[in-house]
Amino acid sequence: MAMLHIVNKSPFERNAFESCLNHASAGDSILMIEDAAVGAITKTAFAAKVEAALQDKSVYVLSGDLAARGLSEDRIISGVETVDYAGFVDLTVSNETTQSWL
Amino acid sequence: MKGVIRIPPAKYTLTHNLYPFLIRSLELKFTLMINEGPYQHQASDTALQFARAVLEKGHEIYRVFFYHDGVNNGTRLSVPPQDDRQLQKEWSELSKAHDLDLVICIAAAQRRGLMNAEEAKRQGLDADNIIEGFHISGLGQLIEGSIQSDRTIVFGD
Repeated sequence: MAMLHIVNKSPFERNAFESCLNHASAGDSILMIEDAAVGAITKTAFAAKVEAALQDKSVYVLSGDLAARGLSEDRIISGVETVDYAGFVDLTVSNETTQSWL
Repeated sequence: MKGVIRIPPAKYTLTHNLYPFLIRSLELKFTLMINEGPYQHQASDTALQFARAVLEKGHEIYRVFFYHDGVNNGTRLSVPPQDDRQLQKEWSELSKAHDLDLVICIAAAQRRGLMNAEEAKRQGLDADNIIEGFHISGLGQLIEGSIQSDRTIVFGD
């Protein structure tokens, strides 16, 4: 039973994102929205943890929130996929359960 | 329960591999929970855009439940600058356009001075401030919404 984990806080501000990565199971999906979008950027202090998660989980970032923070899509970690709000809805549909890491 | 397509958990179906594709073609019911006030961070904006995307995809929004500071999304006395996001009005207009059930938690609302006419009268107050489309009810509406919906999505701080 796959779960969608929604993270909305920067990993450099709170530990919610790290808690999420520690709890998510193989086959789950993780979606970065709002301030968590900075977690999608490559070569940061947090990037290795996201790359490790990509081994057995799908990781997504909301494209609008990335753009709103002046971050271009060519800076995101290889393997992280961008989605728009329609893609966000699809993720909530294809995963039976959702956890918001507030 | 009418019109509800009940989907068994994936582990009980023989079509496990096809499950994401099968479910994608169905219309689901959503309940949204909003725990953060407008203009605080981004939760209300995200929820509003998510709600629009849900409706555009042909799914149903069974209920939007506003809790904690989220109740402040339901005031009609907010006057943000004209070029800013008009969150309360936008929720109200979305509700009008799609007949959405927007519920404000009564206990959270009373603490924060959100009143409809009936509640203001009951409390002996001289004003009410709920915007059209919202109504005040109890936490049971969140639980009932979650039971009736296929998905419950939480937005907050």
